[in-house]
Amino acid sequence: MVANFDIKKGLERLRMMERIRAFEITAKAAAIDEELVLGAIHLCLGQEAVATGVIEPLRTGDYITSTHRGHGHTLAKGADPAAMMKELLGRAGGCCGGKGGSMHIADFGVGMLGANGVVSANITIAAGAAHGVKLLGGDQVTVCFFGDGATNRGPFLEGLNWAAVFDLPILFVCEDNRYSASTLTSEMTGGDGPAARAKAQGLPTHVADGNDVTALAETAEEILNRIRETGQPEFLHAITYRVDGHTYFDPAPYRPEGEALREAEQNCPIVRLRDALGSAGAEAAVMDSIRTEAAVEMTAALDAARAAPWPLDQSVFDDVQDVGSPAQEAY
Amino acid sequence: MAEMTYADAAKLAIAEAMRTDETVWCVGEDLGRGGVFKQYTGLVEEFGPKRISDAPISEAAIMGSAFGAAMVGTRPIVEMRFADFALCATDELVNQIAKARFMFGGQARAPMVIRKPMGMWRSSAAQHSQCLESWYVHIPGLVVVCPATPQDNYSMMRAAIACDDPVVYLEHKNLWALEGEVDTTLVGKFGQAQVRRQGNDVTLVSWSNTANLCVEAAETLAAQGISAEVIDLVSLWPWDKPAVLASVRKTGRLVVAHESVAVGGFGAEVVATVAQNVLLKSRPVRLGAPRGLIAYAPNLEDQMRVTAEMITDATRNLMETESV
Repeated sequence: MVANFDIKKGLERLRMMERIRAFEITAKAAAIDEELVLGAIHLCLGQEAVATGVIEPLRTGDYITSTHRGHGHTLAKGADPAAMMKELLGRAGGCCGGKGGSMHIADFGVGMLGANGVVSANITIAAGAAHGVKLLGGDQVTVCFFGDGATNRGPFLEGLNWAAVFDLPILFVCEDNRYSASTLTSEMTGGDGPAARAKAQGLPTHVADGNDVTALAETAEEILNRIRETGQPEFLHAITYRVDGHTYFDPAPYRPEGEALREAEQNCPIVRLRDALGSAGAEAAVMDSIRTEAAVEMTAALDAARAAPWPLDQSVFDDVQDVGSPAQEAY
Repeated sequence: MAEMTYADAAKLAIAEAMRTDETVWCVGEDLGRGGVFKQYTGLVEEFGPKRISDAPISEAAIMGSAFGAAMVGTRPIVEMRFADFALCATDELVNQIAKARFMFGGQARAPMVIRKPMGMWRSSAAQHSQCLESWYVHIPGLVVVCPATPQDNYSMMRAAIACDDPVVYLEHKNLWALEGEVDTTLVGKFGQAQVRRQGNDVTLVSWSNTANLCVEAAETLAAQGISAEVIDLVSLWPWDKPAVLASVRKTGRLVVAHESVAVGGFGAEVVATVAQNVLLKSRPVRLGAPRGLIAYAPNLEDQMRVTAEMITDATRNLMETESV
């Protein structure tokens, strides 16, 4: 038995990570086996702890922005997996009405201001959400998730500087899975990495094991409490690993042999939490049933999506613009 | 009615909106010093530095963060300093702002005014002189405005701030000091052209600074016995097709003139639309810059200009050609 390990919290975190993993596995199978997912999806298998741990201390009204690899963040922020799955299948009732798909998944109702198909683009947008909150006198904090590859685009510099200059209540989270699409990020990056760059711009920085959900959640809570108090931006570099390829159809042959398997076996955030829970006295059967329940939930989400109709044809011209709308004038 | 400059007219519209709506704010480089063209002079004194916000020289962050702030409930007026510099924020405008509402299934709104001072004045060379309005007309999701007079810069700015869509607001740098009467009870309407001068023989269609040159040309032509109708489109998306079609149905002749490069310019859209709908008496004329680059030396720069004289000559030549 490990003293001071909060089993109840641990099981909640396990449940969220299992839900994210089950969502990804279900979506991948729907793409490969049934060809129901039509476009590219970027899975966060192996990265579940970052979304789970960092988002845990957030309130529903707080904001997040995400990346092309955004299913985990969206689920962790409280979105409905059936609406998400419908979006992946391009169906009516999808959280974006079937217009965005995986890469533009969003649920503003739970403060999830959108995944983004352009690497790094969400960084200035997130800074702006925090800026808007400050102008409006709100008390929400914003968390911006981006990958290691995003640190090599200009918006990384511009967005972090913006938050520093305007004293904005935002946490930047570099979810470092080590690969920029199919290239090792370290081979394409000068200097000492994301935290060094953030530090150079005046942000307090933290480096964390992105696969240790317990430590990550505690660190995130501490940082976010401070941001709520000071209104100042901070930076978290969470080091994790992308077990799957860049997209679900990328076999990732560019990785050293055995790397993915080793990470999946020895550094899996779910296995690591289960081990910790087990040592603290949690029952394996309870943990197994959490996994089963997650699988059942996501299978039901896929069933709902499979049964959903396509969006109405005429909806293609909805929500483009009010003035000069294509519904009135498209030529 | 009050006499004021083109710059002050837009500023008045902004100040009025900021007095009534706390969520309206301006952000851009040097706004605390009145902006690079003094088009914000005095606003920081009234509204303070939070709402008349200076910004680092970070066009992508100015555009992107204003967008984020718009999504959570503010109404930003974004100053890009020069339309040319706005290209540093193209992803933010074209891939993010223009598409967010649609991509997110109606969850996002971007009520923003994006001010981009454009156009040639003197010896500003290739990176401080461009007119790129046709680029933005090509992007669904955006409203595009090019006011030519103090009245329209007031009325359209009021409309743009009130609009829940992102409005690309292209003011012409050559017009800042232009004075005119402004009726401050008017709010502009997108897609409503101004008939700047009535006429019966030929229709001149234009916008921004070149619309004023068309008025000048029409005055010269009138002295020569040619009655030209001048239609200033004011907004390019949406644009006032009914006004243009009604005019060419009356005159049977069309000249379109703009400062930007003729090839791929919005004039081509106007000519094509007219050609699809009206059988003209003679071939339409399209005036725009050659597909060359704007130089620093005046003699080189002038070769890229569409002048009132060119519009006059082209229109007279058109009137002299036989009807088809």
